[in-house]
Amino acid sequence: MRLIRTAMAFGLALAMALAPVAHAGPKVSDFRLDNGMEVVVIEDHRSPVVTHMVWYRVGSADEPWGHSGIAHFFEHLMFKATGDIADGAFSKVVAANGGSDNAFTSYDYTAYFQRIAADRLGLVMGMEADRMRNLVLTDDVVVTERDVILEERNQRTDNSPQGLFAEQMSAALYMNHPYGVPVIGWRHEIEQLNLADAQAFYDRYYAPDNAILVVAGDVEPAAVRALAETHYGPLRPSGRPPEARPQEPPQLAPRRLEMRDPRVRQPFVRRIYLVPSYDPSNPREAAALSILSDVLGDGITSRLARALQLDQRVAIDTGSHYSPARRDRADFSIYGVPAPGQDLATVEAAMDAVLAELIGDGPTGEELARIKRLNRAARIFAQDSMASQARRYGGALAIGQTVADVRNWPAVMEAVTAEEVRRAAEKYLVPEHSVTGWLMVAKEAG
Amino acid sequence: MGMMASVRPRFAALAGLALLAAGPAKALEIQDLRSPGGAVFWLVEEPSIPIVALEISFAGGARLDPEGRAGLANMMAGLIDEGAGDLDAVGFSKARDELSARFGFSAGLDTMDISARMLVETLEPSMALLATALASPRFDPEPVGRVRAQLLATIAESGTKPNTVAAEAWYADAFPDHPYGRPKRGTAESVSAITRNDLVAAHARLLTRANARIALVGAIDAARAGRMVDTVLAGLEQGTPLVSERTGDTPPPGLRVIELGVPQSAAVFGHAGLARTDPDFIPAYVMNYVLGGGGLASRLMEEVREKRGLAYSVYAYLSVRDETALYLGGVQTANERMAESLEVIKAEWARMAAKGITAEELDRARRYLTGAFPLRFDSNAKIASYLVFMQEENLGIDYIERRNSLIEAVTLEDVKRVAARLLKPENLSIVVAGQPTGL
Repeated sequence: MRLIRTAMAFGLALAMALAPVAHAGPKVSDFRLDNGMEVVVIEDHRSPVVTHMVWYRVGSADEPWGHSGIAHFFEHLMFKATGDIADGAFSKVVAANGGSDNAFTSYDYTAYFQRIAADRLGLVMGMEADRMRNLVLTDDVVVTERDVILEERNQRTDNSPQGLFAEQMSAALYMNHPYGVPVIGWRHEIEQLNLADAQAFYDRYYAPDNAILVVAGDVEPAAVRALAETHYGPLRPSGRPPEARPQEPPQLAPRRLEMRDPRVRQPFVRRIYLVPSYDPSNPREAAALSILSDVLGDGITSRLARALQLDQRVAIDTGSHYSPARRDRADFSIYGVPAPGQDLATVEAAMDAVLAELIGDGPTGEELARIKRLNRAARIFAQDSMASQARRYGGALAIGQTVADVRNWPAVMEAVTAEEVRRAAEKYLVPEHSVTGWLMVAKEAG
Repeated sequence: MGMMASVRPRFAALAGLALLAAGPAKALEIQDLRSPGGAVFWLVEEPSIPIVALEISFAGGARLDPEGRAGLANMMAGLIDEGAGDLDAVGFSKARDELSARFGFSAGLDTMDISARMLVETLEPSMALLATALASPRFDPEPVGRVRAQLLATIAESGTKPNTVAAEAWYADAFPDHPYGRPKRGTAESVSAITRNDLVAAHARLLTRANARIALVGAIDAARAGRMVDTVLAGLEQGTPLVSERTGDTPPPGLRVIELGVPQSAAVFGHAGLARTDPDFIPAYVMNYVLGGGGLASRLMEEVREKRGLAYSVYAYLSVRDETALYLGGVQTANERMAESLEVIKAEWARMAAKGITAEELDRARRYLTGAFPLRFDSNAKIASYLVFMQEENLGIDYIERRNSLIEAVTLEDVKRVAARLLKPENLSIVVAGQPTGL
């Protein structure tokens, strides 16, 4: 049982794992249109249904400084009017054709998708291509939708001390990189977002050469290519890939936070380390970190659970999280929730002892075999969901990976040794690259 | 900016589109089978991925928790795989991981739900391990203490979440004399009081062969599936089929506010609904799609979110339980905007009750509900869940083939009749948690 949610992005594909595909997985084709738009087709003929997604290589980390939230705000505005579609009609047309649609925004990408009968693929492609270039924004629409976004922020973050704490932790971890700014944006900056911000963001980033089309389901690649050329092919490219972002300086000082909120009933300690994300020139490092995370925190037989929950009984819950699927750096986090009568310092000390032991000895052969076996099974189970296959490829390509990177990931994971996992722990789980946070109960006034 | 009016809509026109396929029936061959040991189960063979999904739903769940022991079924579910047979919690977890199997156990108000995902290559030992958990959970002191502490932490935390607070208070008001009025996960007091004997008794009461609804989907044939069903049920008592009885409790009309120090309030609202066996259930389902079930396409979304920017989410749904039927909804909005949001929602309730829906809305609802039906069957896991749902609701094995024609048959008059019968703005029971102003 997990008490704490670690994912912080939006919508369906929260922190998208760079999850691998089994060798005998679905048939995947990829090609590129003349205007630079990448296309991935994943065949799954079990059901006459298709998932159609367009991913833009732009997320909250690309926002102009001081205008946080515009990427996510803009995602909402994409459901407004174009020259051909009335305000709010996009989702209604999809629904009237038996489809469902939505969108999500993260640090590195913004994605739009529909699930619909396979014979309606051309319809949704036409609509998606239309709003890539022909959106018509007005002040009225922007102001009303901004209120919706503020309520969304209330619901996700301001109503939740855990959500606010996660924001404070990220802001402390990233001293210079925009990953320190929440995807939904800071409230005072959302309140100032306007039509000019939205129009500039749209004009700059929404273009076919900055987009990836993913189609999964009961389709043939040749037919998808023909439809894509018809609908997306005529769109003019921007010729401007997203800029590089400000990067982190050397981090030399461990940071600590204590946050108190009267709404907290269950304190916990969480630590985040700044670590590498997936690097195509050295994918084994991300694979080693991924295995390290599972050794530490996956299930009751993991290191943290056994030490803190079963042996010492100082915690009632523990866990870890690492996703290599980021364009720049990535977070590696662990947490512990004190058992009744235990304090946060005790739990933190016990977590540190577990890390020290793992850095010293590395994982056992049994642990490594368990994680690899579960990963192999997860790849097979994942084939049951065409939507999750589509998200996997879209998420990987949106941060600069290739289809080959995704395909090779299982082999990379298989090859990781216990010593590589130990070295990754030793090299990256260092205090200077970390933030440790305590979320605590505040005494209520009066 | 004036161009919208002058440009002819390309996509809004629907007339030229062919009607959607009736459903996924072609692709779904459901077999109604009996295992060698006599257990009834439904099977869909789907050979393309070497996995098997198993779903078992046992009738009866949290609503059978004894007085003073609310949360018992939920806690029992959390402990089924924390040690069983000869294996302690760690031993069981290792054995499951060795087989690469995934097991899920959860308690609903009316069901205990077992969900397993297994590889074909380790199917027999995976089923045997699952059978051990179902038949002989140990309820050892260590996992009992650990899971209890986790549950108590969750219960304490949920007391600060406005949506949970509002929902629990709504049910408590609506069902003062029925277990539906108690939170499924219990209270700090009731969970603290649960003993090992309670867990053992709950296990014997809740997991019985006579109350099991079973579905398998995956790369498995009927003979092997039958053997697997017998394996997994082997250690369970026969038991007697549960009888349910509709409660006479009705939600009290009116508004209750629960003070909670948060910037955004949550409201839960609703009144009596319709049983699935009611002849008006399908028309009501279509009506709800238009009023509050259709996401961004619904009237509540249009009026509350799209036009006024009052909320990120607002919705309504027909809730069907074994012993009651409700029509429920929810909205979350800033404290100072809750009063306006509730006024808008009540006005929509009244408008629908008085006038029903338009021909265009009926057309859109039919198209969505029939066209989106196949989306529920695009994975083994979803199919297995749906097969169990069909058994729970006694819909019949041909329901998937029939279902879209039931939707197509709904007329404007049907919707108008059911809206007038079902929607009673004056009967709405409303609970708001937060610090709303102007209510």
